[in-house]
Amino acid sequence: MSGRIGRTELAARIAADIPEGAIVNLGIGAPTLVADQLPADREIILHTENGMLGMGPAPEPGHEDPDLINAGKQPVTELTGAAYFHHADSFGMMRGGHLDVCVLGAFQVSERGDLANWSTGEPGAIPAVGGAMDLAIGAKAVYVMTDLFTRAGEPKLVETCGYPVTGLGCVTRVYTDHAVFDVTEAGFAVTELFACNTVAELSERTGLRLVDATGGAGAAAAPEETAR
Amino acid sequence: MIQKTAGSIDAAVADIPDGATVMIGGFGRAGQPVELIDALIAQGARDLTIVNNNAGNGETGLAALLAARRVRKIICSFPRQSDSQVFDALYRAGDIELELVPQGNLAERIRAAGAGIGAFYTPTGFGTELAVGKETRTIDGRDYVLEHPLRADVALISALAGDRWGNLVYRKTARNFGPIMASAAAMTIAQVDRIVPLGELDPERVVTPGIFVDRVVEVGVRPWLRDTDAGADAASAGPASTHEPPTPTSTSTSKEQHA
Repeated sequence: MSGRIGRTELAARIAADIPEGAIVNLGIGAPTLVADQLPADREIILHTENGMLGMGPAPEPGHEDPDLINAGKQPVTELTGAAYFHHADSFGMMRGGHLDVCVLGAFQVSERGDLANWSTGEPGAIPAVGGAMDLAIGAKAVYVMTDLFTRAGEPKLVETCGYPVTGLGCVTRVYTDHAVFDVTEAGFAVTELFACNTVAELSERTGLRLVDATGGAGAAAAPEETAR
Repeated sequence: MIQKTAGSIDAAVADIPDGATVMIGGFGRAGQPVELIDALIAQGARDLTIVNNNAGNGETGLAALLAARRVRKIICSFPRQSDSQVFDALYRAGDIELELVPQGNLAERIRAAGAGIGAFYTPTGFGTELAVGKETRTIDGRDYVLEHPLRADVALISALAGDRWGNLVYRKTARNFGPIMASAAAMTIAQVDRIVPLGELDPERVVTPGIFVDRVVEVGVRPWLRDTDAGADAASAGPASTHEPPTPTSTSTSKEQHA
């Protein structure tokens, strides 16, 4: 039993939940894969925290513009309708609650929705936080995209974060390679299972009490907002 | 006559003292005022506190200032990058002090300084290591951290074009910290691709009004803008506009129309 889906498939699964008209920030790393999976028939506006709405894909080779980059400092393009603004406006968009969705990576997510994704707390490591703390508390819906387990097999969904937190009670939903989990008052609720996973097996492997919200069929739950 | 244009880049930075707090614009390399930083290195000021989003990339610009050991402390949000080797070595050797600030708090602290805000409550960072020891408050059921403004003696920023009153326009994501840093420093020095005659910048397009700018110095059109319509934009249809036809680029949807 069990099994998992690939990163691209997971990115497509997340993209399918982003509605028409949404303003979305994709964190650096794996979440940027979601951009390529956004449905072509929806107008979805990408925000990049260094000061742009309407961010487009990477340019053709030879057409990179050093004045036009994303939060990961990679060259990007601008789409029709794009807008530029300074950094305080850009982060005002976050903490002012104007972003509909952000997708972030994670080291850990707790069952209360605490997120840890900026520091492993290892001695000697050089700390860097960037915009992670602003995104975590700012967007209306905070989606996490992550593998359910580390390479060492440790679950990344936990009762309480052991790593330094990025934000408290901020995560809406966690999309993993094994299943989709909503953060609810009762803890993690499994809304969708991938491959051959079962709620019982995931509960055993994570050591977490999981609510079965799959409707018994493992079917996708409707992507309504859940309590944060 | 108001004349903020500096005769030379060396003259523009000549009076930055040792021990100054210097804001440096840019996000990574985009919008980084490299020529002003080079002039600051040549000028020799030391024991500086630097405010920037990052802690230098590669070996040039801010990284070169760090390598010259002119910086005592850096206040930034994201020092660790794939090409931050200069900072990494100084930090590991204990030769530079780091104040890590969440990026939005960094921006808002700078904005608050420029806007005369005494302090502000922000939800960012609440309950994290970066808020330890800070005053907190619950307002309407939400938890906030008290953050204080961040001021500087000097801001070094980069813009696309400016005039002798100090009005500035920027280009694309190179704008980033420029407008807020300009407002938060006792002395703001802007390097621009082109200085244009007063009146050539469309007042509706001015992003940083000259009230926030003390000195403007021309450094020439950036290499990647030469022979493009964007290069012509650098002069805002000024006398040095290229007569070349616009070069199609993947970003050509950004063409701005000037009267």
